[in-house]
Amino acid sequence: MRFRAMLPAAALLCALQSPAQQPAPLDDHGQLRNPVLQTRFERITKELRCLQCQNESIADSNAELAADLRRQVREMLVAGQSDAAIFSFMTDRYGEFVRFAPPWSPKSSLIWGAPFFVLLVGGLIVFRVARQRSRMPLDE
Amino acid sequence: MWKFLLPFAAFVALVVLFAFGLNPNRDIHSLPSPLVGKPAPEFALSDVLDPTRTVSNAKLKGQVYVLNVWATWCVACREEQGALLAIARQHAVPIIGLDYKDNQDKAKLWLTQLGNPYTAVPFDGDGRTAIDWGVYGAPETYLVDTQGRIIFKFISPITQEVWQKEFLPRIAAARSGT
Repeated sequence: MRFRAMLPAAALLCALQSPAQQPAPLDDHGQLRNPVLQTRFERITKELRCLQCQNESIADSNAELAADLRRQVREMLVAGQSDAAIFSFMTDRYGEFVRFAPPWSPKSSLIWGAPFFVLLVGGLIVFRVARQRSRMPLDE
Repeated sequence: MWKFLLPFAAFVALVVLFAFGLNPNRDIHSLPSPLVGKPAPEFALSDVLDPTRTVSNAKLKGQVYVLNVWATWCVACREEQGALLAIARQHAVPIIGLDYKDNQDKAKLWLTQLGNPYTAVPFDGDGRTAIDWGVYGAPETYLVDTQGRIIFKFISPITQEVWQKEFLPRIAAARSGT
């Protein structure tokens, strides 16, 4: 009984000691108090895909997993981790697919290069057809 | 000659592309896990059925085991429950049931009412262990080898057929490899 009665007092003591000097990293709206971290948070979460609803970013998604990953990003930012560290944390677990813009690699160069390749081939065809037509007599 | 061959080659290429891309058996939502071939992330969580007990996969090192991610809110998990119970009865490997972002009381009720296929049921209430394992839904099932490496991940409900075709050969190989 005595021990139980002491608990609230102990809790009060703890409350007085720690959070007063160090404000919580989040404000009442769930935003990071540090504006620099908040902008980084917004940019990073827009760059990460929610894997439950694959066309939404974790910034936009209401899925539980997205909320958990936002929490993860927030915690890593508060802990002073770099953007690169956060991205590699995510790709280590979920693969390159978790990023909307995968970094350049031999595999992803195929995706990045494909539009230019198609444009080049299409342009060549148009060029050749146009040249052929211009050589043709007008009244055929 | 080229004039006819080139469009034909392009047509064949398109057919091949579509045959692959539109294959109805290919689940576009299941993603390959980068963790396959990597050491299984460690966890130490309390057991759903006995919260005083800590379930840690470090203790399972040296054993081939299965980690099945499930939850009571997961409709497909109810679907695979029967298959899991039948698989558990064969006692091939320990099956760890990671209870993912769930309500502990509901989970307990589920296991007592529907049956418990698991050797241990670690409770991952906040989903942190699941993030480490690259879980993005339930059910998901992982196979870990004797060296503690993830060797296979299966997404979507497990069936007896899947167990026989995908899991048993890998389990046998993992055991004979050491």
